[in-house]
Amino acid sequence: MSYTIEGATGPWELVIGLEVHAQIISKSKLFSGAATDFGAIENSQVSFIDAGFPGMLPVINRECVAQAVRTGLGLEAHINLVSRFDRKNYFYADLPQGYQISQYKHPIVGAGKIEIQLESGDVRTIGITRLHLEQDAGKSMHDQHASKSLVDLNRSGIALMEIVSEPDMRSPEEAGAYLRKLRTIVRYLGTCDGNMDEGSMRADVNVSVRKPGEAFRTRCEIKNVNSIRFVMQAVEAEARRQVGVWEAGGTVDQETRLFDPTRGETRSMRSKEDAHDYRYFPEPDLQPLVLDESWIEELKCSLPELPDQKYTRLMRDYGIPPYDAAILVMERSTADFYELVVRGRDGKLVSNWMLGDFFAGLNRTGRTIETSPVSANNFGYLLDLITDGTINGKIAKEILEIMIDTGEAPRAIVEARGLRQVTDTGAIDAAIAQVMEANADKVAEYRSGKEKLFGYFVGQVMKAMSGKGNPALVNEALKKKL
Amino acid sequence: MSLDPATVRRIAKLARIHLDDDDELPRLQKELNTILGYVEQLAEVNVEGVMPLSGGMEIAMRMREDVVNDGGYPEKILANAPDRIGDFFAVPKVVE
Amino acid sequence: MKTLDWTIVETLAALDSGQVSALELTEAHIAAVESLNPHLNAFITITSEIARKQAHAADVARRAGAAPALAGIPLAIKDLFCSENVRTTAGSKILGPFIPPYESTVSGKLFSAGAVMLGKANLDEFAMGSSNITSAYGPAANPWKRGDGAKLVPGGSSGGSASAVAARIAMGATGTDTGGSIRQPASFCGIAGIKPTYGRCSRFGIIAFASSLDQAGPMARSVEDCAVLLEVMSGFDPKDSTSADRTVPNFRAACGRNIAGMRVGIPVEYRVSGMAPEIEKLWQAGIDWLKHEGAEIFDVSLPHTKYGLAVYYIVAPAEASSNLARYDGVRFGTRVEGEDLIELYERTRAAGFGAEVKRRIMIGTYVLSEGYYDAYYLKAQKIRSLILRDFREAFANVDVLLTPTTPSAAFAIGEKMDDPVTMYLNDVFTVPASLAGVPAMSVPAGLDSCGLPLGLQVIGRHFDEESVFAIAAALERAADFRSLPALRAGATP
Repeated sequence: MSYTIEGATGPWELVIGLEVHAQIISKSKLFSGAATDFGAIENSQVSFIDAGFPGMLPVINRECVAQAVRTGLGLEAHINLVSRFDRKNYFYADLPQGYQISQYKHPIVGAGKIEIQLESGDVRTIGITRLHLEQDAGKSMHDQHASKSLVDLNRSGIALMEIVSEPDMRSPEEAGAYLRKLRTIVRYLGTCDGNMDEGSMRADVNVSVRKPGEAFRTRCEIKNVNSIRFVMQAVEAEARRQVGVWEAGGTVDQETRLFDPTRGETRSMRSKEDAHDYRYFPEPDLQPLVLDESWIEELKCSLPELPDQKYTRLMRDYGIPPYDAAILVMERSTADFYELVVRGRDGKLVSNWMLGDFFAGLNRTGRTIETSPVSANNFGYLLDLITDGTINGKIAKEILEIMIDTGEAPRAIVEARGLRQVTDTGAIDAAIAQVMEANADKVAEYRSGKEKLFGYFVGQVMKAMSGKGNPALVNEALKKKL
Repeated sequence: MSLDPATVRRIAKLARIHLDDDDELPRLQKELNTILGYVEQLAEVNVEGVMPLSGGMEIAMRMREDVVNDGGYPEKILANAPDRIGDFFAVPKVVE
Repeated sequence: MKTLDWTIVETLAALDSGQVSALELTEAHIAAVESLNPHLNAFITITSEIARKQAHAADVARRAGAAPALAGIPLAIKDLFCSENVRTTAGSKILGPFIPPYESTVSGKLFSAGAVMLGKANLDEFAMGSSNITSAYGPAANPWKRGDGAKLVPGGSSGGSASAVAARIAMGATGTDTGGSIRQPASFCGIAGIKPTYGRCSRFGIIAFASSLDQAGPMARSVEDCAVLLEVMSGFDPKDSTSADRTVPNFRAACGRNIAGMRVGIPVEYRVSGMAPEIEKLWQAGIDWLKHEGAEIFDVSLPHTKYGLAVYYIVAPAEASSNLARYDGVRFGTRVEGEDLIELYERTRAAGFGAEVKRRIMIGTYVLSEGYYDAYYLKAQKIRSLILRDFREAFANVDVLLTPTTPSAAFAIGEKMDDPVTMYLNDVFTVPASLAGVPAMSVPAGLDSCGLPLGLQVIGRHFDEESVFAIAAALERAADFRSLPALRAGATP
């Protein structure tokens, strides 16, 4: 079932394309040697080049080019051996040169594709039109002073990849899945950290609606949406607005809009309207970017395994279900952790514990795999303790909590706290005798046929043994005694 | 091609140069049209199949290594600023 | 003082022999600047204290036996080269208060080689002009006089540089050339000047006019002096992507080359109708001199020459309109406040730029704008390709080309100012070499009927400045140009 918006005149189909600006991971900027770290003191990571001082000239950073090529390869895209930089001219307070150096006519990466998986299990292929390199602008702050806007140029000149999709998406879910997948891919490649809340990944969303079977209608571009959730909301809100306009007999104007998440609606961005004649022309300070085929081959060989490949391999090698594999490959660090732990252990046991209690524990303490106090080794040892019968599952959960809080090794916790599973039948029998004595009435009820009480006795015995009894042995012994 | 006053005004707007309507605009219109009239002669050149020459040197671009060796001097960046607040450049408030 | 008449080469020998100290030499120049600059306006900013310090350092180095190539040579630095901690204006009001926190690569190389900076030389605003009249700091004057006593322009845009060198208040100067801005003022002031191959000198720290055309080069009173200066100014700079990674040849040695057997092309298209007979005569004299030295002369054709100027007046303003967008009153320079950001921009730029700069920004903005790009800019870039091809084809058969530098001698302020195009026609002989990126040099070769200097231009292959120097030096020897301008250090004005 395809996604539609039900209007007064019938169903409307959505057409969505995304332009994603992804900040490239590099030590220095695209055209200058200034640093790129996030959150530095204002204007401290700015060279005279980034500030557009007179006589300053750009020199391209090889690593940024390599990152763009890696990303292109990750998107199974065509790499253009010759590309060019152009100037996009417009005036703004945070655009120091008065132009942005970008690739307009000849991008470094051409057509590619991304496969997305939907809730329904369907897989769809979204086309990538192109990927090009460009420099970021600085940052204007409008709410820090009563009568002034303040400009910080730390971001000015940081390398961006603009990744443009085909208008291939048809629902908010697909837009969300595309962005998530793109983010996963660039994170795997190490070409962008994908942190949308720090602005290192931002999306411009192109939305139009049409009656099923129609050609494309006019689209609107929603600028700078900074979370996946907002992208999905913005698509929905904008599509509904457009349906309203068309059905009221109006026409949708091609324009730039902003999404207001608090109101859940988009609004026209008039301030940028008069400035759309960008007067692109080839950047005369830079020659054509010519890539060596052997260099691209080298980059290709050093690419990490990508999520789609890893997904297939994890299922094959470790016998885990698609659902587990899909979650494990969403972040490369998660998959890496899994693979460290699973060596010599049962694949399903590891994924169950990782995706269940371990992730819950990390979430509870506000941590991630990267900041996890539990090392892969210790996590594996914990599972070993279960497998070899040293502890039972319930105790294992408790130990895992302690590991997450303290980072201690599981065996040390077991020893220090005496959590070793009790398999000594004498001790179990003693506990059972104690429980039966204290609950003579219930024993009688049980014996008179109220067999449901068996669980009660198990619980009481485990309690008497501080949870350390081997569940199988406890069950067995209880049955005998009762 | 001859520029009318509206076009001259539009170009000035794009170039962010304030023009004085009574005096500057008509003078510029005349001068720009003289220049455009002069370059009109290029129309007669046949350029079929000719690649444009964009740069002063059409050779492959050299790339630099990814090393942090610049920046870190906010005082120098801000020293010439006509208006600053703290370590920010300041401009009239922009309403978006 | 006689020392002021010396060439750089002569001076270096005198310094080495101890005949004069760098400080004495610099003091003499400072005194000459003080007395003549009020008449010439060749300098926008005079930096006597810096000069004294540098001269002193040169003397110390020389005494220690470690004098670098130009130790103690006093120069004028065109005010388009950013000077660390010295006001750099580009001849514009908009950069009036601008103090660069960095040094241009080329001026830095000169100072590392021991050169002394007397001051920042006047120029047409943002190097846009052929007369120096567009400078926001008043026009520089040509030290030469003609019979009617009219105030003559020194040419432009490196007019202050040419004026200072001709008047002997600097031994040499840096210039920049985008369409003739070194060669035309050199010709107007009776000195030598070379625009090297595009990419030979770094553009880092030079305020950009038209990036694909701008090149720095030296101006001096002899061809050999230019060679000595260019050797220091040249060289690969990792900070300029368009800088050429090539070793710098021994230019000075090239000046002494025997030119017998060299092939000199005479481009027929430069014989424009209405060319002044005295220019034509001088050109012929140049041909005869070279023949006499054993060079072979050939007629060559550069069929797209006539379109050079029109191409230039599209390409250069287009790049300039973008290069000058950064002068917006936000990070440096003059600001005129406004109600909002747009008004601030519009008022800052209206007040900060002069008429010629505005004109070129407007033309450049127009030819790049939507709907006109293909007809103007793209077309011009294609014809630029054809112009380059013309030169390549010509250079398949000859080593250098010989042409006049300018269609006339220096004109007076007020002349050629009826409309912008008349002024632009000054550059008709110099622009094609700029568009092709090839080296070209102007050598003083004679006087016109009013007693004003005229130059001949030698154009060479890409990165073959050596042939240019060889031919230019031969012309210089043959022309034996000894005339002196009316206004000069040591002469009573």
